[in-house]
Amino acid sequence: MNWAGLYTVLSGVNRHSTAIGRIWLSVIFIFRIMVLVVAAESVWGDEKSAFTCNTQQPGCNSVCYDHFFPISHIRLWALQLILVTTPALLVAMHVAYQQHQEKKLLLLTGHGDAKHMEEVKKHKMRISGSLWWTYVCSVVFRLLFEAVFMYIFYMLYPGYQMMRLVKCEAYPCPNTVDCFISRPTEKTIFTVFMLVTPSVCIVLNMAELVYLVVRACARRSRHNSNPSSGKSSFYGHKHSSEYKQNEINQLLTEQDGSLKDMLRRNSGLQEKGDRCSAC
Amino acid sequence: DWGTLHTILGGVNKHSTSIGKIWLTVLFIFRIMILVVAAEKVWGDEQQDFVCNTLQPGCRNVCYDHFFPISHIRLWALQLIFVSTPALLVAMHVAYRRHEKKRQFRKGDQKCEYKDIEEIRRQRFRIEGSLWWTYTSSIFFRLIFEAVFMYAFYFMYDGFRMPRLMKCSAWPCPNTVDCFVSRPTEKTVFTIFMIAVSSICILLNVAELCYLLTKFFLRRSKKAGNSKQQPNHENKEETKQNEMNELISDSCQNTVIGFSS
Repeated sequence: MNWAGLYTVLSGVNRHSTAIGRIWLSVIFIFRIMVLVVAAESVWGDEKSAFTCNTQQPGCNSVCYDHFFPISHIRLWALQLILVTTPALLVAMHVAYQQHQEKKLLLLTGHGDAKHMEEVKKHKMRISGSLWWTYVCSVVFRLLFEAVFMYIFYMLYPGYQMMRLVKCEAYPCPNTVDCFISRPTEKTIFTVFMLVTPSVCIVLNMAELVYLVVRACARRSRHNSNPSSGKSSFYGHKHSSEYKQNEINQLLTEQDGSLKDMLRRNSGLQEKGDRCSAC
Repeated sequence: DWGTLHTILGGVNKHSTSIGKIWLTVLFIFRIMILVVAAEKVWGDEQQDFVCNTLQPGCRNVCYDHFFPISHIRLWALQLIFVSTPALLVAMHVAYRRHEKKRQFRKGDQKCEYKDIEEIRRQRFRIEGSLWWTYTSSIFFRLIFEAVFMYAFYFMYDGFRMPRLMKCSAWPCPNTVDCFVSRPTEKTVFTIFMIAVSSICILLNVAELCYLLTKFFLRRSKKAGNSKQQPNHENKEETKQNEMNELISDSCQNTVIGFSS
């Protein structure tokens, strides 16, 4: 269980993301996880063994290292990546739940053969209704985690530059001792890189949020201006049985719909054009 | 090898409740992955970099052993193994049931409603009857193991904080010597993280237990109510249509259907 496992889990989510969401996922995997694993871990590998202080006092080395590096950059970035990618699992769980509901519905209506079940697994969910809210929450959480970690980073290590020399006077160091950090320039370069990429990810997340909100508003205004929508307003009395039956009847005769496409296709009718992948 | 555990538990996942699936995800991502990716590196040099202010041979080893009877990493690994094992009880019970159904199918039993062996293998069993008892016991054992390990941790390390400096006077150290632990702050951060995630797992297990008990009592009261009325053909059709309507209105925007029933 390592980064490859996380990749497998998240690739599943990828199919139901927007286009910006897919770009974000690629940035995460290529520019952050891959760089972390391939490069940064080797640079920080000898961070403690090569941290040298100008003293023979036993324990001074350990204490000074702990004072200047309460938590290593690498661990902070690894935690950040794990926490930032986790909200996508909310979406994956919601999609799995909806697929389960679809399968149940197909079984009840007598379309429970293996071909239809496979189609349910393969077809792409539209991001609307409750899935939209789950997706938006996951994007908000991502943003929050990124921001929190960048703030923690700034609190622990103000400034991005790694010094060559730090002066330490914690007990048991006898006086102020000079301590030297290993590979400071290389560490500075990687730190800057790993600060820029989360910023890019934050921008992508905000763009995705704006896109989702704009699309939802556009869809709602289209729905409201459509005369056949009639009583089925978003704020209608959802619990009345008449409303529910109207909604069901409307859905049964509605023109667009992923499940309807799938069933139409299977009964040999004309196929609808491919949907935009960002929808 | 955590990968093998992942494969084994992935199979159990299919027969768990939704809370059980969330618990499994939390286990794998926030505990096992963090342990492997981060924590093992932080504790990697714990003995080499454990430094004591003395030249007395053997003093360092004795002091390290005195303060760290069992390393945090090993304790967490043991905890994860013990906590994931009760799920195997459920896996074994499910495998036993499948085996029975296959035997029935092969005998050509009239009662068996499956079309082929593949369907038996793929079928998801509902958590009721003896499987309910197995499942509930497995959750109960999980809870016990989690609690026992958290207590053992607290007992051995006197709280969750890792001090920088420890004073040691075990033989052969000449007097009280200062010993310095490597990366104490980072270790404290990870210890707190792992304790927090264990607590979340305990809460999830308690929630799952309550959910199962509630479902059990509801089912029992429904059965007691149903045994009074005669089930007839019309009732079945109505309930089926009701269920369909419910499913459609639940996921009305994504699972749109356009065919006539």
